[in-house]
Amino acid sequence: MSNQTTSVNAVEVRNVYKNYNEVEALQDLSLDFPKGELTSLLGPSGCGKTTLLKIIAGLIPATSGEVKINGKTVTGPGPDRAFVFQDFALLPWANVIRNVSFGLELRGVAKSEREAIAEKYIADVGLAGFEQKFPHQLSGGMRQRVGLARALSVDAEVLLMDEPFSAVDEQTRRKFQEDLLNLVKNENKTFLFVTHSIEEAVYLSDQIALLLPRPSRVSEIIRPSGFRHKDIDSIRRDSEYLDIVDRIWDSLRTYVE
Amino acid sequence: MRYRALSLKFLSSVLIFGAWEVAGRVPVSFAFPTFLESMSALWALTIEGTIFTAYAETLKPLVVGVLISAFFGIGLGLWIGLSKKFDWFVSPIFIVMQSAPLAALIPLLIMVYGIGLTSKVFVVCIMAMPVIVLNTSGAVRNTSASIIEMGKSFLGTRKEIILKIILPSASPIIFVGLRLGISAGFIGAILSELKITPTGVGDIISYSRSTADYPSMYAAIFSIILLAVLFLNVLERIEIMVFKGINKGLVAD
Amino acid sequence: MKLFGYQLPAMSSLLIWGLLWEIVGQVELTFFLPALSEIFVTLSEIITTKPFIKALSETGQAFFLGTFYSVTVGIPVGILMGKNQFIDELLLPWVNVFLSAPLTALVPVLMILFGFGLKSIVITTTLFAIWIIILNTRAGVKQINPSLVEMAQSFGAKPMDAFLKIYFWAALPEILSGVRIGFIRAVKGVIIGQLLISIVGFGALFELYSSQFLMSHFWAVLLVLFAMAFTISEFLASLERRVSYYASKR
Repeated sequence: MSNQTTSVNAVEVRNVYKNYNEVEALQDLSLDFPKGELTSLLGPSGCGKTTLLKIIAGLIPATSGEVKINGKTVTGPGPDRAFVFQDFALLPWANVIRNVSFGLELRGVAKSEREAIAEKYIADVGLAGFEQKFPHQLSGGMRQRVGLARALSVDAEVLLMDEPFSAVDEQTRRKFQEDLLNLVKNENKTFLFVTHSIEEAVYLSDQIALLLPRPSRVSEIIRPSGFRHKDIDSIRRDSEYLDIVDRIWDSLRTYVE
Repeated sequence: MRYRALSLKFLSSVLIFGAWEVAGRVPVSFAFPTFLESMSALWALTIEGTIFTAYAETLKPLVVGVLISAFFGIGLGLWIGLSKKFDWFVSPIFIVMQSAPLAALIPLLIMVYGIGLTSKVFVVCIMAMPVIVLNTSGAVRNTSASIIEMGKSFLGTRKEIILKIILPSASPIIFVGLRLGISAGFIGAILSELKITPTGVGDIISYSRSTADYPSMYAAIFSIILLAVLFLNVLERIEIMVFKGINKGLVAD
Repeated sequence: MKLFGYQLPAMSSLLIWGLLWEIVGQVELTFFLPALSEIFVTLSEIITTKPFIKALSETGQAFFLGTFYSVTVGIPVGILMGKNQFIDELLLPWVNVFLSAPLTALVPVLMILFGFGLKSIVITTTLFAIWIIILNTRAGVKQINPSLVEMAQSFGAKPMDAFLKIYFWAALPEILSGVRIGFIRAVKGVIIGQLLISIVGFGALFELYSSQFLMSHFWAVLLVLFAMAFTISEFLASLERRVSYYASKR
């Protein structure tokens, strides 16, 4: 368990329990998410990682326990967090620029201002020129970029990503992972990333929290150190990377159904 | 390939109308005029203008009834979709109404409201409302949980989520409900013509039946069906045009 | 909806509506709405009388025959349309026309062609039900997963076997759905037919009671009718649910 002081952690989870009727989805979970870093929640299906993410987002209430963002207790969704959805959650009847500026729209930002902000992030995620297109005219990968741009434009300190790349094809996914690494370097935000892909977690994360199911708990925290500074292209062949991947697979393989 | 579809439609029309013509010549029954006879009667009615005044009369209860049904139906549907309590309390009524032969209520309406525009409007309303209400409430309730969650995550208020997310999301199916409601309303309008008092097109049908002017009778009926089908088809086209790409599944009848 | 922590069953608000009806009736708010209890009493009286049983059997006959024809003609036509492109293109526009057409308008024609009796009503019923059955059967056949077809072929299944063991079951959920909607339409068709022809079945009873303002009797028959329609609909829905566990999401 990390023994860093509170001010270095953007998100703190303390003794969180979540029950659905009789089923205990999360049992006494405690975890820290250091500021400015990307932490993955990695684990097999049913280990509660999405549940935990949504509790942190304030979308689901915890049965007991506490979540703090920068020292403040979470009671619901807030401007300090932004969520990226696995199924994109775009408004099918709105074009790209409206979708990206939707978060700002809900916060009452004036139209011209929010569209200007949206345009910047649309360009940042590589969708410049697509502002007037509608979701059904975009590929899966492009739709997720819209979701990402939307989450970025509200300028929240914490970005919560729920298996954001699982609904796109493999090649697009690899490109996304590379882009995300650049994003983490350039933006001064804390990223919480839920995934069930071991390679993805090791590739992207400054810190990996391994979650195991029944009962859901944190079994291990891994901090890959050696290759973090390396060139994006050479990470996947780094021997520490490969070692960690194998290690994690050994721990998880018994939990695969 | 386009022409194939069109020419097949033409071919099948020719077949059906041709069969009608032949059946009329046989004749299948003394009361069965040929296709051409009916068409010329239709032409006559159009030239005389009779058919237009007749439709103006018939469409009155239909239009009024549909407008009332749409207004209250969508309103009720929204309320039901958004409030679990109201849903529990009110939906069973409409669920029963949907499978019930509501036409059976017509004698009751005649008893209460007599014969006249009021009862005809009521007939249209009871036929059209259930499907509008149920489609609207269903669409609202089935709004994708994911985009509602998205709205909440970006701090949308309940009002904003209803106006900006639930309503737009539900509109394709609300529109389908309206279309089905209008279709049911047509049936109501015609039923009330035939059963309550024939004023418009129903009058043409009854009168020509009583004078054994079968071509005119068939002509009138043909025109009703033609009008209804054309109108509903146009609505369907509009629906596809407006809502293309929003890709909602169709709710059955 | 929950009350004191207990989940209330789906249609339970009907009990409250029934209570309201009873109160309205007892208070004699309007002549046209007698108390629910009174209606039930009248119902128990007339349910064994000859006119009622006659009406019931006439209606039942018409309904049974009408649905029988709509199913025995509709399903094969639907299958044919689903499998044969040419026939499909030829017939589909007409099926769609008659599906959305106000079939009520055809009843006067049926009356003069087939008389004022059972025959016209049966034909009306069949016409009301058949189009949706054709359409849904066609859809059910069309959506049979092509992989299933390839599988059948690759294992050398004989056509009859393939139909009975694979295609029939694959299309069944959709077909049942069409039959259910068709049956509901058939009930409406029977009633509309009887209302317009009005010397047989429940139509005759409605005429009789309304002309004599026998409100209790009128409502009693109405309730029986609604209850029957609802029961048929729910029965078919439960059949559909039994089969639909394997129906893929559309």
